[in-house]
Amino acid sequence: MATIVPFGPQHPVLPEPLHLRLVLEDEIVKEALPTLGYVHRGLETLASIRDMDQMVQIVERVCGICSCIHAHTYCMCIEGLMGIEVPKRADYLRVIWSELHRMHSHLLWLGLLADAFGMESMFMHAWRIRERVMDVLEATAGNRVIISVNKIGGVRRDMSPDQLRWVLQVADELEKELDLIKPVLTNDYSVKKRTVGVGVLTYQQAYELGAAGPQLRGSGVAQDIRMTGYGAYKYIDFAPVVEKDGDSWARTMVRFRELYQSIDIVRQLVSSIPDGELAAKVKGKPMGEIACRSEQPRGELMYYVKATGDKYLDRVRIRTPTFANVPPLLVMLPGCEMADVPIIALSIDPCISCTER
Amino acid sequence: MGFFQELLHKSRMKSPWLIHFDCGSCNGCDIEVLACLTPVYDVERFGVLNIGNPKHADILVVSGTVNPRNAKVLKNIYDQMPEPKAVIAIGACGTSGGVFREAYNVLGGVDKVIPVDVYVPGCPSKPEAIIDGVVLALEKLKVRKPEKDTEPLVADLKKAREFYENREERQVTG
Ligand code: SF4
Repeated sequence: MATIVPFGPQHPVLPEPLHLRLVLEDEIVKEALPTLGYVHRGLETLASIRDMDQMVQIVERVCGICSCIHAHTYCMCIEGLMGIEVPKRADYLRVIWSELHRMHSHLLWLGLLADAFGMESMFMHAWRIRERVMDVLEATAGNRVIISVNKIGGVRRDMSPDQLRWVLQVADELEKELDLIKPVLTNDYSVKKRTVGVGVLTYQQAYELGAAGPQLRGSGVAQDIRMTGYGAYKYIDFAPVVEKDGDSWARTMVRFRELYQSIDIVRQLVSSIPDGELAAKVKGKPMGEIACRSEQPRGELMYYVKATGDKYLDRVRIRTPTFANVPPLLVMLPGCEMADVPIIALSIDPCISCTER
Repeated sequence: MGFFQELLHKSRMKSPWLIHFDCGSCNGCDIEVLACLTPVYDVERFGVLNIGNPKHADILVVSGTVNPRNAKVLKNIYDQMPEPKAVIAIGACGTSGGVFREAYNVLGGVDKVIPVDVYVPGCPSKPEAIIDGVVLALEKLKVRKPEKDTEPLVADLKKAREFYENREERQVTG
C-alpha cells in the first residue's frame, strides 16, 4: 500500500521551503509530487512600478546567493537594448564578483550537503572557508551577500590594486584549504556509499528534460553558458567541467572542480585587468525586446526584457536554473530510498526563491 | 512557579533553541542565519542550538515576506511551539515586506500573521545583528513566565485560510 509522506516545506536539511509529497511503498519512493509557491513574491510585476534603474535592486533580490549574476544579466539586457558599450574594466570587475559569488555558493552547497550526510565537521569547514570569500565581498563591495555593484552601463565600485592583490592571496589560500578537504570528500566511505549510483540522470534524460548547470554537466553534456563569452569571459580561457556518471557523486564532483575553475578564472582576470572607466553614460530609454543568458552557480539563467521607450519596462521575464532542474529531480527520485531523498534533492542545489521568484 | 519550572526557566535562558523558518525570503537572510552557526560567528558556544522541530524550540526565527500560502505554515509552526516563546523577524522583508512590499503576492511582514518580539533590520541582516536579536529576544523570554497565557493572535487569517483550503482545486500536479 502506498503512503504519502510530506517532505518540507520546513525541513532541517534545507533552509528553504521545498515541498515534495513522496509516494512511498515501504521505504522505496514510487513518485514525487512537487508543490511550489511558498516563496512566490511576484517580483516580475514590480517592473510596472519601479523604473529600470530601481529594477536592478529588485532583480538582485530574486536570489541572495547569486544576486550579482542576476543583476549582471539584467544589465546586459538593458545595455543590449540601448546599445551601450560597457567599459572593459567594468566587465572584468563584474565577472570577478560573479566568480566570487559562484565560489561562495558552491561552498555553501558543499556545507549543506555534508550536513545532510551527517558530516557536521565538514559543514563547519566548508562554511569557514566560505567566510573568506564573504570577507572579500564585504571589503570590496560593502555588503556580505547582496552587493549591489552592478548598474546599467557598468559598475558602481572599483577595486584598488591592494584589494586586487588581496583577492589573489585569498584565491591561493582558498585553493590550499580546498586541497585539504578534498581527500575527506573523495576518500570517505560513507560519502561514496550515499552518492555513487544514487539519483542517476542519464545523458539522454538530462538533455531531453532540459536540465541546467552542474546537473547537466554531471550527466556528460558539456554545456556552459560562460563559453558563449558574455562579459569578460571572452578574454580568458577555460573549459566546462564535465563528469560522465550522472549520479549524485558526479554532480558533487562537478561543483567541487568548478571551485578550482573559479579560482583559476579569478586569477586570470585579476592578472590582466585593464585600467579605465567604470561606467558608460546612459541616456534615453530602452526600446524593443531582448533575451540574455548567463551561467549561474546552478545553471543557465535567462532574462527576457521588453521595453516600449517608456519610463517603466513592459515585461521582465526571468527563467532560473532550478526551475529547469525540478523535472529531472522528479525523474531521479522514483526508485530511491526514503533516506536518500534529502541528498538527491540537495544534489541539484535547489534554490527555491529563484524558482518561484 | 514550582522549583522545577524555575530550574527549567533558568536553563532555557542559558541555552535557547532556535527554529528557523524561511517565508518568502530571497535566501540572503537565510544564509546569514545559517552563517551564525558556523565557526566565524559560532553561536553554539553560547548554547544556542538550531533545531528542526518546532516542538523543541524556544525562539522562532523568521526571514522573508509572508504570502497567503506560507502564512498557514508559519502559523502552524508557531502554534506547535511550547510556551514561553519569542519570535524574531529577520531583515527588511520580515519587518515590513522590504523591497517586495508592493508585489501582488506579498501580505507584508511577519507581524501580519504572528506577534513579533524582535525586529532585526538590514537587507540582509548581518550575522552580528541576528545574534544581537537573539539576545534581545532572550530578555523578553526572561519575563515571560511559563504560566502566562498565550497572547491572542492578531492575525486576520480568514483569507489565507480559504486560500489554503482550496489548494486541492488549484493544484495542477497530483
Ligand atoms: S531582507 Fe533583503 S536579503 Fe533579506 S530576504 Fe529580504 S530581500 Fe533578501
